[in-house]
Amino acid sequence: MASIVQVEGLRKVYEGKQRVVALDGIALGVREGELYGLLGPNGAGKTTAISICTTRVLPTSGAVRIAGIDVVESPALARRLMGIVPQYNTLDRACTIYENIHFHCLYFGFSRTDAKQRTNQLLEQFHLTERADSYPSQLSGGLAQRVQIARAIAHRPKVLFLDEPSAGLDPQSRIAMWDAVRGLREEGITVVLTTHYMEEADELCDRVAIIDHGKILVEDTPATLKGSVGAQKVYCLDLSDRDSPAALVGQLKLVHGVRGVEPTSGGIRVFADNADGLLPEIVRVSNPYGLRDLTMTETSLETVFIRLTGRDLRE
Amino acid sequence: MPTMESEIEIANSSTVQTGHGTAPAQGMQYTRAFAGLFLRDLHVLQREKIPFLIRIVMNPLLFLFVFTYIMPHMSGGAVLNPTAQMAGANFSTVLLPGLMAVAIMFSGIAAVALPLAQEFGITREIDDRVMCPLPVSAVAIEKIVFSALQSMIAAAIVFPLAYYVPATPVYAHVNNWPFFMVVLALASLTSGALGLVIGTSVKPQQIGLIFGTVVMPITFLGCVYYPWAKLDAMPWLQRGVLINPIVYMSEGLRAAVTPTLPHMNPIVILLMLTFFLVFLTVVGIKGFLRRVIG
Ligand SMILES: Nc1ncnc2c1ncn2[C@@H]1O[C@H](COP(=O)(O)OP(=O)(O)OP(=O)(O)O)[C@@H](O)[C@H]1O
Ligand SMILES: [Mg+2]
Repeated sequence: MASIVQVEGLRKVYEGKQRVVALDGIALGVREGELYGLLGPNGAGKTTAISICTTRVLPTSGAVRIAGIDVVESPALARRLMGIVPQYNTLDRACTIYENIHFHCLYFGFSRTDAKQRTNQLLEQFHLTERADSYPSQLSGGLAQRVQIARAIAHRPKVLFLDEPSAGLDPQSRIAMWDAVRGLREEGITVVLTTHYMEEADELCDRVAIIDHGKILVEDTPATLKGSVGAQKVYCLDLSDRDSPAALVGQLKLVHGVRGVEPTSGGIRVFADNADGLLPEIVRVSNPYGLRDLTMTETSLETVFIRLTGRDLRE
Repeated sequence: MPTMESEIEIANSSTVQTGHGTAPAQGMQYTRAFAGLFLRDLHVLQREKIPFLIRIVMNPLLFLFVFTYIMPHMSGGAVLNPTAQMAGANFSTVLLPGLMAVAIMFSGIAAVALPLAQEFGITREIDDRVMCPLPVSAVAIEKIVFSALQSMIAAAIVFPLAYYVPATPVYAHVNNWPFFMVVLALASLTSGALGLVIGTSVKPQQIGLIFGTVVMPITFLGCVYYPWAKLDAMPWLQRGVLINPIVYMSEGLRAAVTPTLPHMNPIVILLMLTFFLVFLTVVGIKGFLRRVIG
């Protein structure tokens, strides 16, 4: 199936006092109707990638096509096909919630009657009818986010780009936002979102691309990515002996069920299967090396990221 | 706007489905988006019409009240007011086109430069406007055109003030209406373009500084309070002020509204206003593109 968002060899270099290679040749394809996630740590280049796709930043080289339309060659045309919810609130502060959506419809060529109808329908769909006459400055972060999503899809775009949609949202608003986004897929809108919360990518997305330092490391379904780690559990050992002794690494590798061992800054990380009795065994082996603490997690996209980069997503 | 409504429907049905617009459909798409932006600005302006009116009226009213009402009524007024003495009883007449020019220019700054500073700054509202389905330069042009509308309203409000407030008679008469309209339109658009240049070239935090360093000097040296011809005793100044676009706004209005006063050649005025309009628009659009497209 042809990709609705096709990114090829995209590079972005910010020239300045300090030369920054924000995107170092990324390529990806988003299929129609898909919920696609770009997962990466701060500064990975997510916003830059989205901004290029949405015609607000020019690439240094490479191309982006939305439903076959080149965003650099025909930006005005491409904008009809997409909606965008940026990382920060760009609601029109001088207009009410109703007017924000209504004027958006007019910008996209709706007649006044159509715009009115569409606005009322969206206010209803996003449970904003009561706030129709509020101004953006009177809204909480979660509500403002919902208005931004409603406005972004008002002109019925094929693709919706969401940049860090859950940044700064409380858990309750985040779940409401997830529901809203899932609802969009039912309407047939393709969604591309960026996030640095791996739970979000895992929970919400059909496919995920992991991006770091301007490069795509992997692109697949969350299940396949997690499966690729080849382990179900991750044990993080905190050792008082800071330079993790090679002897312990060697010993842990011999434990039945352990798939991989790697040293970290404060100890050792063990990738393992769901074998019985593994936890006591690991504790027994590492105790002589000054085991202070141990955390165990199920394999997640976080593990995938750690496996690929040796770093924590939050670092 | 019955005709516009039906056009919107046509534009709507033709391009959305395929994504590939034919040339006329694309032109219609741009027109619709442009009209939408204009309607939005109009809507916001009419909601804030009281502050808008106060902003326009205060400066000329105070100016007129002090210089053309209080001063002439004071005992020995002409002695206390050297400007009035210089211009004689005609000072009120000199001020009429001058204050119109100031109102036109201030509107350009207030309608474009100040909001832009805010939109580029913390709120980044501009990103939303830039996502409209028309070329980004058209977003900048809409700002200029809407600002021009505000400038014309401002000029229309200042005219009766400057005509009726002064205690001394004002000799105003428009001989040539087409010339007046062209001057008014060119001056208004030029001030919008000037606002765009200022708004896009100054850091949002520094916008306040602009009043002291740019707006005040170009106003005071803009032949607003004196006709350009009267500078002939200081040739260096008379030539120096020619790079100031405000000079052509006030001289143009002088030629159109108070033709009995000395003024520049109307042809020169029109040419220079056109030149500044094109120049400032090009610079302003370049600055706008630089600021909104990374
Ligand atoms: N306008 C700019 N000028 C110079 N450098 C920039 C500019 N915008 C972004 N960068 C740099 O490009 C890199 C990628 O930034 P980007 O905003 O795309 O990252 P991100 O993945 O969105 O991060 P975050 O999670 O913090 O939003 C960063 O190193 C950033 O400092
Ligand atoms: Mg970002």
